[in-house]
Amino acid sequence: MPNSLFENTPNQKIKYLLEVEHVRKEFPGVLALDDASLRLKPSSVHAVVGENGAGKSTLMNIISCIYQPDQGVLRLRGEEIHLNSPLDALKNGIAMIHQELNLMPSMTVAENIWIGREPMTRFRFIDHRKLHSRTSDLFHRLNIDLDPEIEVKALTVANRQLVEIAKAVSYNSDILIMDEPTSALTERDAERLFRIIRTLKAEGKGIIYITHKMGELFEIADEVSVFRDGRYLGTHDTKDVTRDDIFRMMVGREITQMFPKQSAAIGDVVLAVKDLGLHGIFTDISFELRAGEILGFAGLVGSGRSNIAEALFGITPASSGSISINGKAVIVDTPAKAMANGMAFLTEDRKETGCFLILDVLENTQIAVLNNNYVTNGFVAQSALTNNCEKISQALRVKTPTMQETMLNLSGGNQQKVLIARWLLTKPKILILDEPTRGIDVGAKAEIHRLISNLVAEGMAVIMISSEMPEILGMSDRIIVLHEGRITGFLNRDEADQVKIMELASQ
Amino acid sequence: MLNEQPVISIGSASKNSRRKLPPEISILGVLIGISLIFEVLGWIVFRQSFLANQQRLTIIILQVSIIGIIAVGVTQVIIAGGIDLSSGSIVGFTAMVSASLAQNLDYPKAIYPTLTGLPIIYPVLAGLLVGLVAGLTNGCLIAYTGIPPFIATLGMMVTARGFAKWYTRGEPVSLLQENYAVIGSGIWPVVIFLTVAAIFYIVLRYTRYGKFTYAIGANVQAARVSGINIGQHLVKVYMIAGLLAGLAGVVTSARVISGQPGMGVSYELDAIAATVIGGTSLAGGVGRITTTVIGVIILGVVTSGFTFLRIDAYYQEIVKGGIIVAAVIIDQYRQRKRRKI
Repeated sequence: MPNSLFENTPNQKIKYLLEVEHVRKEFPGVLALDDASLRLKPSSVHAVVGENGAGKSTLMNIISCIYQPDQGVLRLRGEEIHLNSPLDALKNGIAMIHQELNLMPSMTVAENIWIGREPMTRFRFIDHRKLHSRTSDLFHRLNIDLDPEIEVKALTVANRQLVEIAKAVSYNSDILIMDEPTSALTERDAERLFRIIRTLKAEGKGIIYITHKMGELFEIADEVSVFRDGRYLGTHDTKDVTRDDIFRMMVGREITQMFPKQSAAIGDVVLAVKDLGLHGIFTDISFELRAGEILGFAGLVGSGRSNIAEALFGITPASSGSISINGKAVIVDTPAKAMANGMAFLTEDRKETGCFLILDVLENTQIAVLNNNYVTNGFVAQSALTNNCEKISQALRVKTPTMQETMLNLSGGNQQKVLIARWLLTKPKILILDEPTRGIDVGAKAEIHRLISNLVAEGMAVIMISSEMPEILGMSDRIIVLHEGRITGFLNRDEADQVKIMELASQ
Repeated sequence: MLNEQPVISIGSASKNSRRKLPPEISILGVLIGISLIFEVLGWIVFRQSFLANQQRLTIIILQVSIIGIIAVGVTQVIIAGGIDLSSGSIVGFTAMVSASLAQNLDYPKAIYPTLTGLPIIYPVLAGLLVGLVAGLTNGCLIAYTGIPPFIATLGMMVTARGFAKWYTRGEPVSLLQENYAVIGSGIWPVVIFLTVAAIFYIVLRYTRYGKFTYAIGANVQAARVSGINIGQHLVKVYMIAGLLAGLAGVVTSARVISGQPGMGVSYELDAIAATVIGGTSLAGGVGRITTTVIGVIILGVVTSGFTFLRIDAYYQEIVKGGIIVAAVIIDQYRQRKRRKI
């Protein structure tokens, strides 16, 4: 709700560098942004907060013209603009610094900053002296202490980030979008970043700052806008709100779209994990998982949730700690061994690590079980297997014309069901689900929730990683909250709520 | 888009679904089209038929059998998402090794004077073994050092050719036993080619090995998560390609009744060309033995057709290059179309 904060402030030439008004963006099956607004003042840091999937990234992508909005208006320094490409945005002074850095590792810092705009000599060669001096000037202005001639691959992540920022500033941008810039930085590096942000602010630039970290929000931001489920919830002066206010705004939603878990008899411990660690990624991970239980893994993206799952399934084995299954210590260093121990793993990225998009539904369904069943002397017992694949697909209500349909032609929800069918055919005891309903429509989501619930009722043990609060809260018997590779809390179903999880996950 | 269609349950609705044209049909169409062009040109230029000549048809298939044997191995490599540039050189080296063990009894200048007049099973097995070891080396390099297949097999291409020349310091191996020569004479190369093709048609279609090969080529990450031991499987794939190149080397030396270090030069490219013309995608995950067989025959028909029209060999190569490029362009176009769905 735009409020009195937006009253006219005199003494300033322009009120707002950027105004985003009533922007709406829909993707097939998902309303990513609904009536979003944002007003960026000059000389200010404007934080944007919200859970994963709240629409922050979509909004930033609209501002930097990676996406075009379906509805709504963008005004730059008071004038309505229609930009067509990120390059267009850059020319108009809007620069985005992405979470994934886009530098070329084997080129020098200076070359990276001025790529495509190198100063030239008379003979159309690159003028290295000028390149160097321009970069030094820029670094001096921003108080960055880096050698312009060093190759980017020799830099730490923090320093690469500074190069990215310098590059953005070098375009004379007045609007800088930073997407979780401190997510990979140590505290000291973050301090250095904040100093540079303050320098930029003093130069009159406006900075849009996406973050999950409450501490830095209050340290650096002047205003904060909150988003939830694609909706804009208002902008506040950071002086006027508390941490708890923001949490409440971020999570305070009706839980309507979820399917609650049926109660199931909790059985024996099937999986016990002790002190699992992988250097630099996660440490001291210990927990137990029982038959008939859904153990939810909550935490922000990058908290190590998926890495732990990958370690359990032997994709990137842990470097320390132990895993025991049904009381017996096991070494799981390949997916084949994990499967032999009764595990199944539905990965987070359906397209990259799940589907064989160019193969048909049947091949996609049967591939995993072929490792240890339906094969005699190398030959596949195809008719029996096809029969069972069809049966399980029907049980899961996979919508496909035939089993010979190419996987690519199925909707996301149906692809996900095929992948679940693939794992159920292997008759697992422990099912690890990483974002089982990401990017699929509400109907299929409910079906998958019901399915998981039924499996657990039959004695399956499930680990479910999810970024969606209602899913985690609605489905889990217990919840492990992770932050930066460590377990920051165990919550039982009855004591868990969104605010508690958010607090544990953000620290 | 299928997503918006009403629910169609599996199995019951196969009649409703759009039946896709099998890829064999379209590639067969290309073969028939090219043959007809030569037929028409034949009547116009010489007033004689191109196709109604049994001797010519026999020569076409005889000429392409050796490339065909290699192409079967190469097809499964490409389906798995790889490439094999070493087959031609492996042909050269195995031809030398197996020929050297197939020399006439008591031939005084034999490479191994004590090993003349051996039963022909020995030279054949030796040849196959050489191919297998070369393929094993390719496979291990690719699977366990992480270097790209292109580089690993390029290295083997140069090295195996080097071995072929080193083996006799560049001298040809001649005076081979008559019963060894049988392998390469008459209809035998064709029988071997078609048998190999039939075996691998079945292997790719009905065995776990085949299913895993397609899966690795389609999405290696997903294949790993599905429990497939990628390294081990790729070693097998390249071993089979090496083995079949070795077999082609045995047949080549038997056909010419000698072993020469220069045998098989650029055979790998013909085999890859035939595979690609057959519609096997260089991106992996897509391809069939049947279409490769047709692709091989297309290459043979083009060569034979040009000879029939008495067109210079230079032009033949120029046009062959064009056909290969056209096939890849079509493949890319098809892939792009698939991605857009």
